[in-house]
Amino acid sequence: MLEARRVSVMAGQKRLIDDVSLTIVPGRLTAVIGPNGAGKSTLLRIMAGELKPSEGAVFLDGADLRQMPVARLATRRSVVAQSTTLSFPFTVLETVMLGATVPAFGIRDDDAAIVARDALAAVGLANFEMRMLNQLSGGERQRVHIARALCQLATAPRPDTETAALLLDEPTASLDLKHQYDVLSLIKAQSTEGRAVMLVIHDLNLASAFADEIVLMAAGKIVGKGDPDDLLNEDLLSHTFGCRLRVVSSGDGGRLILPAAITRRMIIGAAAE
Amino acid sequence: MTIAESSIGRISDAVRPARGTVFLALTGLLLLSAILSLAIGPTGVSLQSLPRAFAAAAGYANDASAERDRLVLIDIRLPRTLLAAFVGAALATSGAMMQGLFRNPLADPGLIGVSSGAALAAIATIVLGHGIAAPLIAPFGIYALPIAAFFGGLVTTLTLVAIASRRGELAVGTLLLAGIAIGALSGSLGGYISYASDDRELRDLTLWSMGSLSGASWQKVLAVLPFAVAILLVVPRLMRGLNGFLLGEAEAMHLGIDIERTKRLAIATTAAAVGAAVAVAGVIGFVGLVAPHVMRLISGPDHRAVLPGSAILGAILVIVADIIARMAIRPAELPIGIVLALVGAPVFLHLVLRRNISGGG
Repeated sequence: MLEARRVSVMAGQKRLIDDVSLTIVPGRLTAVIGPNGAGKSTLLRIMAGELKPSEGAVFLDGADLRQMPVARLATRRSVVAQSTTLSFPFTVLETVMLGATVPAFGIRDDDAAIVARDALAAVGLANFEMRMLNQLSGGERQRVHIARALCQLATAPRPDTETAALLLDEPTASLDLKHQYDVLSLIKAQSTEGRAVMLVIHDLNLASAFADEIVLMAAGKIVGKGDPDDLLNEDLLSHTFGCRLRVVSSGDGGRLILPAAITRRMIIGAAAE
Repeated sequence: MTIAESSIGRISDAVRPARGTVFLALTGLLLLSAILSLAIGPTGVSLQSLPRAFAAAAGYANDASAERDRLVLIDIRLPRTLLAAFVGAALATSGAMMQGLFRNPLADPGLIGVSSGAALAAIATIVLGHGIAAPLIAPFGIYALPIAAFFGGLVTTLTLVAIASRRGELAVGTLLLAGIAIGALSGSLGGYISYASDDRELRDLTLWSMGSLSGASWQKVLAVLPFAVAILLVVPRLMRGLNGFLLGEAEAMHLGIDIERTKRLAIATTAAAVGAAVAVAGVIGFVGLVAPHVMRLISGPDHRAVLPGSAILGAILVIVADIIARMAIRPAELPIGIVLALVGAPVFLHLVLRRNISGGG
């Protein structure tokens, strides 16, 4: 269990994160949503141990991240950042194998390659391993980085009793609809397999479809937390995002969250036909 | 190459030859160039004299010609070849480490002012070593120059990092520009010091600053030996960490790499390598640029191949450049830097142009 206890982050006088407590539970996919500048990515960086909170602390299975060596932490959580650029020409396979790069893992290259190939197959890039990373499309590249994060957790020496956390910041931002769905299914499968997954995501519909728990943030604070069915209501969302939103049934048991202006147009358009 | 041509290559798979084969080939080339360096020289003593030279060195042959062979092969060419190999390996490894650390293939210790900073410290040591600071410098003996150059390089690198880093990320444009400024500043300060020096100091300075290996001696080999050992011990521990750095500092941390430790080790090692190289051979540019670049073309950017490979390739480059430097206009000698710039400058331009095409990536 990855747990932030009353963390705050100051930037000068401004509070980027203001007294936030959050628990990411193994086996569940926790999606963090909220308007731009709400502090979602900052919160993710705190949970990753990358950013030290000004107040409060983050605990992984009860152990304070500040006291945990980074090599140890890396055996138990991996991160997919919003955008990762490689400055040198790595192949796809080499990039994924960077996930097993920690000397403390003691993984031989041949073994890491096997895991890396599995991870590539899982993200649908099985025959891409010798392609150059900088020649892939944005969506393909993003999936390579997800594969790298999976490879890290899969090669890390770690007892089963320990939480393995996967933190992703907008992994679907540059993906088309099919790949958004594929990547989120994959991430969802990771949580079903027992990983604690934290997902920062803008797309409310994807969050609604895949998350076990939704955390709604605004201005550095958590303004709502809970089951998607309870949390995704028109009033709370409209108030938080500062624009009139409609939550409508998609007709097949799902729900769609759209700006009221758009749903109005759709209704008018449908009436005109 | 036009853009249309380059985009044809886009779907092709990368080819990575086996690392063992690459190292074997490089080591073979290194041995070959070392043998050539021993065999070729203006005095016309050839390799066949080597056994006789060793015999003379061991005290078994006392005739004049054996003594001459010993002098040329063992006291002049052998230390010169060893120093060339060390300087090349040290500069190429430093280049590769800086490029990894700064995530930019253009970071060469010569280009970003680290060598000039080391040179300034060396100049100051040569001049002040005869004057006011003599009691301070004398106890270090033959190590005074490399140690001073090491600190010169270290201070320059730390200054560069302080100027160019913003919120944990190094701004590469700033780094290169600041490097030029620091290089110019070190150069002018060095010029000022040499202007103020007396005749004897000036002669020492001139000999040193020619950027040549003509002053090679066993004493100098001994002076750089501890640096060579230190670099050999540290570099293997940095390879995986620097691989992580290529993804970015935050990502390296996510991968479990102690980024502060890696940075500090890499910077200190670079300063030591550049300092020792500058101390024995003056400022030599472009080795740190060319060798890692070629290694990346052969083996890809994995530092487990790039760092050791660059070391061997850098050694080969400087050994060969030194052979050319001493033979091209014999009996006079070309500064080795001129020979290397002839190869290095076009590679640098190629790197710059390629960056523009790929949008700075």
